[in-house]
Amino acid sequence: MDIQTLTFLIVGATFALYIGIALWARAGSTNDFYVAGGGVHPVANGMATAADWMSAASFISMAGLISFMGYDGAVYLMGWTGGYVLLALCLAPYLRKFGKFTVPAFIGDRYYSQTARTVAVICAIFVCFTYVAGQMRGVGVVFSRFLEVDITWGVIIGMGIVFFYAVLGGMKGITYTQVAQYCVLICAYLVPAIFISIMMTGHVIPQIGFGGELNDGSGTYLLDKLDGLSAELGFAEYTSGTKSTIDVFFITAALMVGTAGLPHVIVRFFTVPKVRDARKSAGWALLFIALLYTTAPAIATFARVNMIDTINGPDAQGTAYEKAPSWIGNWESTGLISWEDKNGDGKMFYSGDERNEMDIDRDIMVLANPEIADLPAWVIALVAAGGVAAALSTSAGLLLVISTSISHDLLKRNLMPNISEKQELGYARIASAVAICIAGYLGINPPGFVAQVVAFAFGLAASSFFPAIIMGIFSKRMNKEGAIAGMLSGITFTAAYIIYFKFINPAANTPDNWWFGISPEGIGTLGMLLNFAVAVGVARMTSDAPKHVQDMVADIRFPKGAGEATAH
Amino acid sequence: MSFESEQHADDYWKENIRLMLILLGVWFVASFCCGILFVEQLNAIRLGGFKLGFWFAQQGSIYIFLALIAVYVVQMNKLDRKYSVHEDDEAPEAPAQPQPVEEFGQ
Repeated sequence: MDIQTLTFLIVGATFALYIGIALWARAGSTNDFYVAGGGVHPVANGMATAADWMSAASFISMAGLISFMGYDGAVYLMGWTGGYVLLALCLAPYLRKFGKFTVPAFIGDRYYSQTARTVAVICAIFVCFTYVAGQMRGVGVVFSRFLEVDITWGVIIGMGIVFFYAVLGGMKGITYTQVAQYCVLICAYLVPAIFISIMMTGHVIPQIGFGGELNDGSGTYLLDKLDGLSAELGFAEYTSGTKSTIDVFFITAALMVGTAGLPHVIVRFFTVPKVRDARKSAGWALLFIALLYTTAPAIATFARVNMIDTINGPDAQGTAYEKAPSWIGNWESTGLISWEDKNGDGKMFYSGDERNEMDIDRDIMVLANPEIADLPAWVIALVAAGGVAAALSTSAGLLLVISTSISHDLLKRNLMPNISEKQELGYARIASAVAICIAGYLGINPPGFVAQVVAFAFGLAASSFFPAIIMGIFSKRMNKEGAIAGMLSGITFTAAYIIYFKFINPAANTPDNWWFGISPEGIGTLGMLLNFAVAVGVARMTSDAPKHVQDMVADIRFPKGAGEATAH
Repeated sequence: MSFESEQHADDYWKENIRLMLILLGVWFVASFCCGILFVEQLNAIRLGGFKLGFWFAQQGSIYIFLALIAVYVVQMNKLDRKYSVHEDDEAPEAPAQPQPVEEFGQ
């Protein structure tokens, strides 16, 4: 069977599985719809959280980014895992005990203020839309490369599937589908990595393999070979990187704190039955995430060595274009690889200096990796299914947060408090349907700034939600004036810095112009510190939070008496 | 109040904070110190084919994060039992005591 038929079969089978699960897990109440009835086992919840978290960006782009960034890629590896420590230790158990559906609900109740709730709702919706646009695009890319359908149709098919299980099943449907999607995506990620690790180093475990010796009998370590190649070809040393230490520090911190402040991740911990389970669930989630995140740097290293070897040939003089392996042609047709024969010798050559003749898009590394390593066709088909699973699971989680924020926090708690549960559920479904259509539109007509706004999402979450939630738990006296002033100053500062360097004056986006050498990606950390400082300062000058709020804070600090997550 | 006394509530919270700060200290050292601030110095040491600083940044810190959460879960469960504020083991659908029901900001 050829690759395309296999891909249709495998992707089709996974779709049938997701739809089957959606039919089985239909939501009957707002409780089912928002938090899956609060009865999800911590291991299942951990898997669902992991699938929710690992987006098309983690699956498709991250290893490619690391492959081109070397050591600097660690900002993503540490940033997107370290946040779970903060979640488990500082947020998840307390928010679970608090027992409401959403992050805006916590902010609104803890700071006894409709204004705080509204600010939180707007931030949540903005962060989620930013994210979801990129996901739909990911679905489109995978479809168009592997199923050879038009990118528009790819996005429409993806939208249809998400629509089906998100609108029908709500959180319950999404959670159990995500468990299945996690299994698909992790297999799709690990199988090629294991194959390549055995081929290159003889180690079965890729995490060990990329620190092992090469299989060619030379006794050279893989990473040493890559450092050597990088030096010869005029790239920065792979294990050292090029970013300044302070920038790496601030970006890592912003990603960690941003992770802990993202509403679609936090809401996961409302779905488990107990406070104890919320702690455990964060651990399981990180374990399942770590499986992929520790494999990614291995894939990055393998792919880089393989790619340089294939293009430059065994004698490092270049490979004749006519003899190029088929993957180069396949990806050339998508425009993601291009070759320009500058010295007219008919050979391809890849390097980091003026000899370079190749233009290679970083996003293809994971998808092309099995082809580069010449793995069997079913592995390539599996990777396609994994990419789709990663994109679908994250979009569904995000869409749910959008619809919950609208139907519950905006309509039920703000604009129309008298609607019945059934009406609220109806509005939630309408909201998610509308959100899917908008997301699909953004996927088909991506605004040019999708890549830039990712920094925005993390920066905003880091500088707004995270400090407000932390102070809401760890300081009984923190009042609404302090929290609102803190959130607004944190967001405004971060947004202004990012907008200036990314949109208003992109030409000035160089280390010389950055404050303290901190790039827009890392500025959320400074915004977060500002938020804390302003909030504490303002709270000192105004009266303490009222008694009933202080009692509520005392109550969320221990597990006993945690009920189900409730609406009111 | 589920604690026997105010004193118990304070002690529980202090022990909780202490554990959290110790674990966050390790979290900071593993990621920010070993993986970023002192990466050059650690790179002088080899761990098989890895330079140690590089290994911490791309592998080690993640394993340490996992261990931290595991320790936290075990220690907190012990602490909850010590002050008997743990959750009951029977059906989770029946809360041991009703949540304080309050509406703010309406």
